[in-house]
Amino acid sequence: MISISHIQSTAETLMDKAAIEIPQDYLDGLQEAARTEDGDLSCFVLKAMLENYEAAKEDRRAMCGDTGVPRWFVKMGNDAQVEGGMIALEAALRRATAAATNGVPLRPNRVHPLWRTDHNNNVGIGAPEIEYGFEPAANAYEKADWIDLITVHKGGLFGTDYRMLFPSDGLQGIKRFYLDSLMAFGKRGLACQPAIIGIGLGGSKDICMTLGKRASTLRVVGSRNSDPRIAEMEDEFKELGNSIGMGAMGFVGKNMVIDCNIEVGYCHTGGMPMSVHAFCLSSRRAVARIHADGRVEYRTDPDWFTPYQRRETVEWEPLQEAAE
Amino acid sequence: MREIRLSTTPTAEAIADLRLGDVVYLDGLMYTAREGVYMRALEDRANIPMELPAQSAANFHCSPAARINPDGSFDMGAVTATASFRFAKWLPEWMAKTGAKLIVGKGGMTSKDYKDYFVPNGAVYLSTVGYGTGALLGRGVENVEAVHWNEELGLAQAMWVLKCKKMGPFIVASDMNGDCLFERENAKIAENVARVYEGTKPAVLKRYGESDDRTDEVI
Repeated sequence: MISISHIQSTAETLMDKAAIEIPQDYLDGLQEAARTEDGDLSCFVLKAMLENYEAAKEDRRAMCGDTGVPRWFVKMGNDAQVEGGMIALEAALRRATAAATNGVPLRPNRVHPLWRTDHNNNVGIGAPEIEYGFEPAANAYEKADWIDLITVHKGGLFGTDYRMLFPSDGLQGIKRFYLDSLMAFGKRGLACQPAIIGIGLGGSKDICMTLGKRASTLRVVGSRNSDPRIAEMEDEFKELGNSIGMGAMGFVGKNMVIDCNIEVGYCHTGGMPMSVHAFCLSSRRAVARIHADGRVEYRTDPDWFTPYQRRETVEWEPLQEAAE
Repeated sequence: MREIRLSTTPTAEAIADLRLGDVVYLDGLMYTAREGVYMRALEDRANIPMELPAQSAANFHCSPAARINPDGSFDMGAVTATASFRFAKWLPEWMAKTGAKLIVGKGGMTSKDYKDYFVPNGAVYLSTVGYGTGALLGRGVENVEAVHWNEELGLAQAMWVLKCKKMGPFIVASDMNGDCLFERENAKIAENVARVYEGTKPAVLKRYGESDDRTDEVI
C-alpha cells in the first residue's frame, strides 16, 4: 500500500524539480546544438538559454516565467495499491499542484476559458490534467506494486497542430504537414524552438493528439521508436527540420529540432490523422517511482512507451506465457 | 553583437541609436501590461495607477512567476514574456495614452505595426531571448515596487511594477525606420523554402481558406 502523504510530498518535489531543473537529455541536445550553430543571432540565443538553466538551478527559481500547463501522467504497476484509492490520489496531485504554484513560485496560468476566473493555483475544471497508464509485472515472480508519477509543464499556445491526412497523401504528405507546422510556428520563434518535436500518427482525432503530445513530452532526446522503420523516419525528420535554415527565435540557423519522436496508433482504414507538437526550450518533466515499501526513485525519463504500451495483440503475450 | 545599457525612460536619441539585433539591458522601472490591463484601462476607462511615462516608458508583455506573501511582500521567481502580436488591437491607443517608448515582449509585431504607430510615437520593440530566459530576467528584477489591480485581474494579468537593474538580455527587434528583425530573418530563410518542400504536394483534403504560400506568417 502506497501512502497518500508520500504521494503528495513526492508530487510537490516533482513540481519543483520540473520547473527548475532542465532534464539532462535535453540539455545535452541543446549543448550539441549550440556547438554546431553558426548563425550569430541563433548562437547568442542558445548561449543565453544555457546560462538561463544554470541561473535557474543556482537560484532555485523557475527556468521560465510561463509555467505552461502543469499536468500529470500516472503509470500504475498492475499490483499497485494506493491508500484511499484513486480519488485520494487525484486530490493529492491537485494539492501538490496548488502548493507548488505558491511555493516555487510558478505562474498561475489556469483560468476558466470564458469567465477567465483564476484561482491563482493552477487548479480548476479539468486542471491539472491527470492521465493514466498501466504496466504489467516484468515477470511471474515479481510484483508491479509501484506507481510512477510524471509531471510535465508543457508550454506553448503555439507549435501544435492537427490535420486529417489520407493514405493517398503518403509519406510526402506527412513530411509536408510536418514542415508546415515547423514553418508556421517557427517564425519569430513562437514555438520556442529548438524543441523536442512529437508527431502522432493514427488513432482517432483525440488519440492522435494524445500520441503526439506524449511523443514530445514522455520520450527523451536520443530515444527511438521500437519499430525500426519508424526509428528511421525519426532520424530523417530530425534532419529535415534542421535543414530549413531556421533556428532559435526564427532567426537564420540550423537548429530547429533537438529530436523528433513519432508515436503511432491504429486508425480508420480511410484516414491517416497526424498531429505535431513542440516541447519548448523549457522541456519541463520530472518523474518518480514510488514503491510499496516507501522507496522513491527520481529520474527524468518517463519510460512511458514500453512494449506493453505499444502492444498490437488481443492478449498480452509475455503474461500469457508466464501463466502457462 | 552590440551590447547596450538602456533606461526604461529612454531619450529620443538613445532610441534612434538602436539597431536591429542589438542586445539591450534595462535599468529603471518597467511595468507589465497585457490584455487584462489594456481592457481595464482602455475599455473600462479605469484610471491607470502610475504616472506614465514619467515613471516608466517600458511596457512588458509579461506576467511573472511570483508570489504575494501574506505580509504584502513579494517573491519574484522567473520572468518571461508572452506573444505580443495579440495586443496590436490595443497598442496604438495605449501608446498615445501612456507615452510608452519600449514595448518588450515575445515575437515582435509586424513592420506595418511598427510603421503605423511605433515610429510616429518614437517607440521600438525589444524582444526577450529564447524564449524563456526566465531565471536570467528574474535576476534583473531588483525589487517589485507594486502590484496594481491584482484583485480585479488576478496575479497573471495584474500590473506588476518591476525595478530593473541590468535586466536582460533583450534584442532590438524594430527601429526608427519601422524595420522588423523577424521579417528580415524570414526573408533570408524564405530563399530555401522551395528546396526543403521539394517532392511534397498539398494535402488531398484542403482546409477552408488555406493559403499555399509558405512565406506567409500566422500572425
